[in-house]
Amino acid sequence: MCLAIPGKITGFFIENGMKMAKVSFSGVIKTVCTEWVPEAKIGDYVISHAGTAISLLDPKEAEETLSLLDEIN
Amino acid sequence: MKYIDEYRDPDLVRKLAVKIAGSIKRKWSIMEICGGQTHAIMKYNLPELLPPEITLIHGPGCPVCVTPLEKIDKALVLASSEGTILASFGDMMRVPGSSSDLLKAKAEGADVRIVYSPLDALKIAISNPDRNVVFFAIGFETTAPANALALIQAARLELTNFFLLSSHVLVPPAIHTILSSDDTLIDGLLAPGHVCTVTGYGDYIDLANKFNLPISVTGFEPIDILHGILTTVQMLESGLHEVKNCYSRSVNSKGNLHALKAMYDAFEVCDRQWRGIGLIPGSGLAIRDKYSAFDAEKHFPINNMISKEPEICIAGEVLRGISRPSDCPAFGISCTPEHPLGAPMVSSEGACAAYYHYKLLH
Repeated sequence: MCLAIPGKITGFFIENGMKMAKVSFSGVIKTVCTEWVPEAKIGDYVISHAGTAISLLDPKEAEETLSLLDEIN
Repeated sequence: MKYIDEYRDPDLVRKLAVKIAGSIKRKWSIMEICGGQTHAIMKYNLPELLPPEITLIHGPGCPVCVTPLEKIDKALVLASSEGTILASFGDMMRVPGSSSDLLKAKAEGADVRIVYSPLDALKIAISNPDRNVVFFAIGFETTAPANALALIQAARLELTNFFLLSSHVLVPPAIHTILSSDDTLIDGLLAPGHVCTVTGYGDYIDLANKFNLPISVTGFEPIDILHGILTTVQMLESGLHEVKNCYSRSVNSKGNLHALKAMYDAFEVCDRQWRGIGLIPGSGLAIRDKYSAFDAEKHFPINNMISKEPEICIAGEVLRGISRPSDCPAFGISCTPEHPLGAPMVSSEGACAAYYHYKLLH
């Protein structure tokens, strides 16, 4: 259950009064609730658990971590 | 795919492994708390890349593994009840109860449905108004908010046929118990990145201060795990006892406040039994009284059950990081993923399953 992978938001819709999204996980499309990442937009990447997005991935932080690790020698 | 491929880059993996080897002067034991991390460690054969001074100890972070036997026996009774649909995450299907498992119950005619999300279980309840639908709601802080959301939605939609069989656990109190034990071998910790995504890492700062050990909040790809190990080793070698966030693309210090709000609206902290470990004070989440109409244990006569563990299984020692799966006399012989004696052999986050699937492979 903690095995979440990032997925890319491809569209939004409302279901039973909740904000939902279609999210592509390496090409597999799943429905994910996005109530807890209200700032999410189409094209953003989310970490989703049990059908609910728990974070919006931060591209700036991701880039900074990778460049920090890349400078290691 | 973005956010995956770059964190599996073999050149960067080798570079990090060399850096770790160059940074270490003494022997250190580091526990990765989350079973998802254990699986990544075994899948990518990371121990082979690490210097011999590092021992990785596998933690209790597998919600399926620590769900009490008694809850599984209750799920089995509910699954076999007339007019009831039991919905569960797929991981729970093969976990052995005292005398059966959900997959066998399904084969024998019980209406057990595998769902990917608790919201799918809610949909089953909406489309089957004449049947009771019980969702087997297990999980750590990662999954508890989603289970809470299903509960809150069920109340909002005024459903009378949706129930949770709740068995939620919290990571920090369990780590506190493991670190407090006399036989602990742990010098540093990799904190679970997705739990911290929900909760933030304030509780881990308290653990680092109390037990004087460094903690790195760590993700799940090979680069993430090596980054967490390198950061922990650097802190150990310089005598630092801090929490560093190595998974900042997903984790911030405060967590996801929306998810936490839902979780604590539906649930309150309670004492909880952990399979293989025992009772840990303040380590669980119970359904709040205002939602008690949705609590399967209050609605159905399933209490006062007697459950019994198989004697040979050493899952408890594995979950506390005292023994390795391969130390067990049953490992790979009388206990396999097809015929498991204990939960860690079943789950996609269980240490025994990780050893079985990957260790032999390597």
